[in-house]
Amino acid sequence: MTDVAVVGFAQSPSVRRTQGTTNGVEMLVPIFKEVFEQTGLSKRDIGFWCSGSSDYLAGRAFSFIAAIDAIGAFPPIHESHVEMDAAWALYEAWLKIRMGEVDTALVYGFGKSSAGQLRRVLALQLDPYVVAPLWPDSISLAGLQARLGMEAGLWSEKDLAEVAARSRRDAAGNPFAQVSGDTEVAELLDTPFVADPLRAHDIAPVTDGAAVIVLASAERARDLAERPAVITGIDHRVDSPGLGVRDLTRSPSTASAGRAAGAGTDVEIAELHAPFTHQELIVRDALGLGEQVRINPSGGALTGNPMFSAGLVRIGEAARQILAGNARRTLAHATSGPALQQNLVAVLERG
Amino acid sequence: MTAAETETPETPLSAPLDVGFDYTRSVGPVLGRFVNALRERRVMGVRGDDGRVHVPPVEYDPDTARALTDFTDVADEGTVVSWSWVAEPLEGQPLQRPFAWALIRLDGADTCLLHAVDAGSPSKISTGMRVKARWADATVGHIRDIVCFTGVDAPPDDPAPAPPAPPVAEQAEGEPVRTVITPIHLHYLHSASPEESRYLRGLAEGRLLGQRCPACGKVYVPPRGACPTDGVPTTDEVELPDTGIVTTFCIVNVPFLGQRIKPPYVAAYILLDGADIAFLHLVLGCEASEVRMGMRVRAAWKPREEWSTTLENIAHFEPTGEPDAPYESFAHHL
Amino acid sequence: MGKQLAAVLGTGQTHHRAKRTDVSMPGLLREAVDRAMADARVDWPDIDAVVVGKAPDMFEGVMMPELFLADALGANGKPLLRVHTAGSVGGSTALVAASLVQAGVHRRVLTVAYEKQSESNAMWALSIVPPFQMPVGAGAGGYFAPHVRSYIRRSGAPEHVGAIVAAKDRRNGALNPFAHLRQADITVESVRASQMLWDPIRYDETCPSSDGACAMVLGDEAAGDAVEGGAAWIHATAMRTEPTTFAGRDQVNPQAGRDAAAALWREAGITDPLSQVDVAEIYVPFSWFEPMWLENLGFMPEGEGWKLTEAGETAIGGRLPVNPSGGVLSSNPIGASGMLRFSEAAKQVMGRAGDYQVDDARTALGHAYGGGSQYFSMWVVGSAKPGN
Repeated sequence: MTDVAVVGFAQSPSVRRTQGTTNGVEMLVPIFKEVFEQTGLSKRDIGFWCSGSSDYLAGRAFSFIAAIDAIGAFPPIHESHVEMDAAWALYEAWLKIRMGEVDTALVYGFGKSSAGQLRRVLALQLDPYVVAPLWPDSISLAGLQARLGMEAGLWSEKDLAEVAARSRRDAAGNPFAQVSGDTEVAELLDTPFVADPLRAHDIAPVTDGAAVIVLASAERARDLAERPAVITGIDHRVDSPGLGVRDLTRSPSTASAGRAAGAGTDVEIAELHAPFTHQELIVRDALGLGEQVRINPSGGALTGNPMFSAGLVRIGEAARQILAGNARRTLAHATSGPALQQNLVAVLERG
Repeated sequence: MTAAETETPETPLSAPLDVGFDYTRSVGPVLGRFVNALRERRVMGVRGDDGRVHVPPVEYDPDTARALTDFTDVADEGTVVSWSWVAEPLEGQPLQRPFAWALIRLDGADTCLLHAVDAGSPSKISTGMRVKARWADATVGHIRDIVCFTGVDAPPDDPAPAPPAPPVAEQAEGEPVRTVITPIHLHYLHSASPEESRYLRGLAEGRLLGQRCPACGKVYVPPRGACPTDGVPTTDEVELPDTGIVTTFCIVNVPFLGQRIKPPYVAAYILLDGADIAFLHLVLGCEASEVRMGMRVRAAWKPREEWSTTLENIAHFEPTGEPDAPYESFAHHL
Repeated sequence: MGKQLAAVLGTGQTHHRAKRTDVSMPGLLREAVDRAMADARVDWPDIDAVVVGKAPDMFEGVMMPELFLADALGANGKPLLRVHTAGSVGGSTALVAASLVQAGVHRRVLTVAYEKQSESNAMWALSIVPPFQMPVGAGAGGYFAPHVRSYIRRSGAPEHVGAIVAAKDRRNGALNPFAHLRQADITVESVRASQMLWDPIRYDETCPSSDGACAMVLGDEAAGDAVEGGAAWIHATAMRTEPTTFAGRDQVNPQAGRDAAAALWREAGITDPLSQVDVAEIYVPFSWFEPMWLENLGFMPEGEGWKLTEAGETAIGGRLPVNPSGGVLSSNPIGASGMLRFSEAAKQVMGRAGDYQVDDARTALGHAYGGGSQYFSMWVVGSAKPGN
């Protein structure tokens, strides 16, 4: 099977609110241009297109259809769409290259989280019979998960604040981040609860944004990037939806996806998709990432969490470290669903 | 129009978009047992293949995927396993004053039920606390028959007001509940693109503003954030007349939920003179059966005082009486 | 190593009805999944991954419902994907599942598509008018009727061709125990006497609104070889997309459909589709789309698709039986409708189509489209392995 590499990556700024439409066109047009400039490709060179987005984020059925205007999709294109984070769109594109059907693919995700009340909209991901009718919001659910770990002695409020402080500090070097800056852990712990036991710094900001990645077969990649980031392993798994059934302090799906993707050995940098501070700790534990692994140099989702592209951004950031020559082996993780229900892990290496 | 920021002529237009429906959910045999038990103020679970009692019941075992049918009653009292505090309840949540969400393991169950606890303040709830279901005065066979849970030892002095019961599906007297109704009402802010906003502001002045794609030269009305064939925003403004032709059409005879125009009406693609793309609008001013492909039409504007930033400023299009455009002149627009 | 061989090992579907109020959503899916797994003779441990497809989440009011369905789909601990490409989704979902096998990632994949339209109202969901727009939309029928009018004008097809399709598909549906509408006595005359809904589309020329699901188990070459009586081998797949509207767009005979068909026939080694394809399951939600797609797919020259229909050649026993299962006109659980086309094509070449089996069906087309005739997905399956 053909090896697949990331050869281009661009993202829009992770902002609290854009004035743009929910179909993402205004965010996508400039970043498509950017990856085409990076790779020297044009739209006619792309063998397969795949996107990730959500109708409920946009508040409209078929909201993803208008996004293809940003491509200029005529003559017609070979294209697909997942109602998932675009990290899973990347997985679908990876399949197409892997089987030799195409040798380039462009993957994008977009979402205007600010169009609705995000934490209330996300309640609709829950069991529609006996859970969603109560409208449990996504932040409260994360709070239940965080407290379970605290009371089991797995982490403390201070541990969580340390994750937040590190993320914000790192985000200062990321021009796309929404939240950044030097903050002391003690300062953070002094702030009021937003959803006891969670404080504002524990929660990813509501973010509008989009991202795009260009993939190529390893052979083609050599012509398109100096240091392509070859995907040496990629896998994704799901856990039971039952919030009261599974152990929320662990993420078996992350662990098994990580094993299948070849995580854990010699990873220098990991970009983890953790929209809440404690979830970073769960994911690190599931992947067995030790102290020597640099976590989220971009600042991670806690400093900018564009729904339906934040997972793809993790893959892009992990690839960027290789494309820029900063690392030889990196890992990316994406999550979807309530309380880390579904997880994807990719391992990338300098080709 | 709502615009949080100071609105300038360049600020894209936005307006509220409410999406709501009372969904009718048939519950099937397993969840059916559960909701019908709730109606009798009982809580029922189902035993999984590993012996665990699931509450709420699951239809299929999370590990084996096998259909589960071994039902068992559990208590309506149990223990808080985890909780988080809601300082500002959201629309639709069980309580409209501060409360806790809790994972509650009911006595006799092995899994946890998620529900609200009316605790008054975060200092009055803790993991391990014993809580008991507070049942609605009138139960209908719905998860909301449990209004919330309250502390067994220290119930609130002033119980939170119970929200109104959810709507109930039609069913014969004495029959079990087969369908539950879940209202889902969401509120969005819909934004128009900068290009569409210029066009909409033009409409508010009675003008039809299209834009030409800088790549292919085609005139789009409404203009686009990205030309669908070139992927670049349309740019040069082109003012278009309010006359054109019907390219094709249908006659809508069917009424449907949410419809805003009374049928029958003619929904037609109108190609304005000078435009390269047609848009859908109404044709009135003649019998529906007289509308033809290629018919010349002109906009019938509403009175100026009713104009705003919408294509609805044009009430409809009506025939001009001019000769029809020859088929060949618009065949490539079909 | 290139693309691996993949095959359909088994198929299953629900009884489609306007309202399947006897089951929940998990129950509806499992009815199709259990039948597909039984047909494929596999059990849960045999399944490596699950691919789910459905049309807009707003139809059921559940955001990304595959998440809550994971228990029912035996997906826990496994990869789970969710595809959404508008009305073509049932087909593209099958193609994503196939690519998991073709890329050599998995040996056996379960794929399922569904819609439980009775949870809400599709006309409502499809006609939500965003601010600033003109509220003239009237669901899918209102969208497609003007383009049907354009086809009739362009091709000069006689008015009764639509009714011929409707009567044929509904009578075929009467042979299918799972079909929603089973109208053995329907006639061209009765169709033509039915109410005009979206002129020129009549009531009997319109697909129903159904609850239903369809599932398939796909497998690799070894799994396909083990199927008793023969698997349905995937010979070719194609997907193409174009924008909903653009200046000069051909809405009657869209380029995306023509391009997809050309790529499909090329990959399948088919040079004369009308002679080389034995049976076609084509996505025909409104009767006139049969002649339109016969042209778009290259079975007939442009403007002449209706002649094949009018001559009765698309009926069972004709030169190219189209929709012997009854098609979308007999059952339309939107998200599943495309997968039903794909699985009915597979059933034909596996010889498992029961009363509507086409004699000696060796090569079959499954086709789906969606959006404003802009998303196309299709496959060719055969009773023999590709190249044999």
